Amino acid sequence: MLDIHTAPAASEEDDFAAILLEQTDRLLAHHVTPAALKAADEGAFPLAAWAAVSEAGLPLALVPEEAGGAGLSAVTAGQIIRRSAYHALPAPLAETLIAQALWTRAGGAAVDGIVTLATGTGLALSSTAQGAVLSGTLASVPWGAHASFILLIAHDGDGSAHLVLLPHADRPVRTRRNVANEPRDSLTLENVHVDADSLRPLPAALADADGLMMFGAFIRAQQMVGAMERSLDLALTYANERKQFGKPIGRFQAVQHMLAEAAGQCAAAGAAAQLAASAWGGAHFPFAVAVAKARCGEAAGKVAEICHQVHGAMGFTHEHPLHFFTRRLWAWRDEFGREAHWQERIGRAVCGQGGDALWPMLVALRPSGAQD
Amino acid sequence: MQSFRFGFDHLPAEAEQVRQDVRAFLQAEREAGLFVPHRCSWSTFDPAFSRRAAAAGFVGVTLPKAYGGQERSSLVRFVVTEEMLAAGAPCGAHWIADRQSAPQILRHGTEYAKNLIVPRICAGECYFGIGMSEPDSGSDLAAVRTRATRTEGGFVLNGSKIWTTNAHRADYLIALVRTGDAGPDRHGGLTQFIIDMSAPGIVVRPIYDLSGHHEFNEVFFTDHLVPDALMVGEEGQGWDLVTQELAFERSGPDRFMSDYRLLVELVDRIGQEPDRQQAVETGRLVAHMAALMNMSASVAALLGRNEMPNVEAALVKDVGTAFERDIPEVARRLMPVESSLDAQDDPFAETLADVMLRAPSFTLRGGTREILRSVTARGLGLR
Repeated sequence: MLDIHTAPAASEEDDFAAILLEQTDRLLAHHVTPAALKAADEGAFPLAAWAAVSEAGLPLALVPEEAGGAGLSAVTAGQIIRRSAYHALPAPLAETLIAQALWTRAGGAAVDGIVTLATGTGLALSSTAQGAVLSGTLASVPWGAHASFILLIAHDGDGSAHLVLLPHADRPVRTRRNVANEPRDSLTLENVHVDADSLRPLPAALADADGLMMFGAFIRAQQMVGAMERSLDLALTYANERKQFGKPIGRFQAVQHMLAEAAGQCAAAGAAAQLAASAWGGAHFPFAVAVAKARCGEAAGKVAEICHQVHGAMGFTHEHPLHFFTRRLWAWRDEFGREAHWQERIGRAVCGQGGDALWPMLVALRPSGAQD
Repeated sequence: MQSFRFGFDHLPAEAEQVRQDVRAFLQAEREAGLFVPHRCSWSTFDPAFSRRAAAAGFVGVTLPKAYGGQERSSLVRFVVTEEMLAAGAPCGAHWIADRQSAPQILRHGTEYAKNLIVPRICAGECYFGIGMSEPDSGSDLAAVRTRATRTEGGFVLNGSKIWTTNAHRADYLIALVRTGDAGPDRHGGLTQFIIDMSAPGIVVRPIYDLSGHHEFNEVFFTDHLVPDALMVGEEGQGWDLVTQELAFERSGPDRFMSDYRLLVELVDRIGQEPDRQQAVETGRLVAHMAALMNMSASVAALLGRNEMPNVEAALVKDVGTAFERDIPEVARRLMPVESSLDAQDDPFAETLADVMLRAPSFTLRGGTREILRSVTARGLGLR
């Protein structure tokens, strides 16, 4: 089992986290400007922003201190991911942060650069005279062509699973962009040499049927919360500024109630995503991630709909920044398993155990004070 | 940036220990045949159950020991209430007194009222109703017209209250009453009083709800005398006090677990091999519930720190009651059962009928969905 810790001195971490998040916000606000978002939309990688977040140590937030990271808790890491999405940072900070944490916890060394995580089919490792070679296809890898490393799971001839940190190389890549124009790359691997430093036995936490998809879902759930908060903030600002019939549209009850509904969806999504962050490294993590991705995905659709409705035609233009967040919401709710995938997983687990088992399952999901 | 305080950390170890005690108590009650889960809820009025729960230490959990309470944290009480709801325990008799009346009296009542009433609430033998709504003052609470006029040693009340749950069997109400001019913001001139239902000058008339139950009442006051010692807070402070009371009323697990037993019956009825639609829709409900449990615990923690989470409480009730309204709709979509209140051999059909007939009240009582959204909108900085 993955034993990424929640920091022992919770109150100290709280203070530290508050400062860190404030600095992260400032850094992102400075670098992720509307112009930077527009350039990224057209395919440019935000080099300056990436350099800044790297220098701040954010990609190693969840890597233990003894492995060269910041050793923060998954709850704080989740908040960093939310902030990055609040600013729509058009770079794979969240993927790198989570992949580095998984790789170092599996015993690997932290690496430099962009690290992404991939799911795929037919990923097989075989032994040759020259060492291990990897074949198979990787589908929809976030920033797969930009990444210095791709974290993936592959099976060997005996059926044993391994965690692989595949270094970048010139390979044929089919790039497809999601509706937010973030690159999602497909790669075909044919007998790619993998040296021993790039291989680790699969940790138990990753042996789940959903494997790395579960961690991708964790990322997208946290991101959706951040993008929903930003969309709602934009809609609130707009509702207070835009005047019709002689008063701000935010004074109309119909508009107020839409925004209150969106706030409820944001709050529920935030609570669900927090369950997943609190469950990191524990036995309930898969169930908590399923809850988070399902609940955030559902909320994302509603919040995006309401925020566009409040913005009227202005929010439908390329000129207004709302779409940088709503297009991400529409993309992210589909990636690493849409709602139905995770809902079905929850439903099968719940029905399989019967009605009386549901309550203890729900209670166990919420963080409790074993550490008191 | 909008920010609500839903940063729930974790339940204390003490609360988890109490959870085991409540479970043992409820299991013994159930095994002794003292309640039938699918036919009960937090509105089932059962004084004998309330007294047994109190004897076991599960009523007045947060109240001071000096007044017969357990003096434990609001999160311990939170765990007690959610376990009662999950088990389908008949906790309606003491519910309002324990949830909002006792904390309100402790905060703002006179020493006389505290000594007279709170120990009996903690013993599970003193029950309360809520005297907020009036025939012409429903969602518009500031429009109350029941008037209290000063007299020797107290006030004389005239007027009426409506939708007063359990007024026919409650010992007291806490009523919001006009004692002066409303003022420009309409929130002035209101005062809260504890009304002794056994005193003269009160007539209670039943109102049957659409499921045939008698919970609601209309209450008429004719020259009813309230002594000064039963005034809550200061004269004219009523609006602020009622707002605080509503935070207790709106944020608890009873705002998303009213029909939890239907979800349990649904899961059992589907069985261990759900088809895809059954799995997906059940999973969706469970994901909603998990999020609500976290939100509601956050508000319990805020209440415990006296942080007055009025807006967060409104959000919990809005999202929570929407979830409650959703459960019967999903249940009937997944299971082709004709609901019936007297399907004795079929708990699912019976629970479904009961919930369908109660469901309209979920998004009305304790503040309509529309009022809650207006509270939230104000919290968001609109208007």
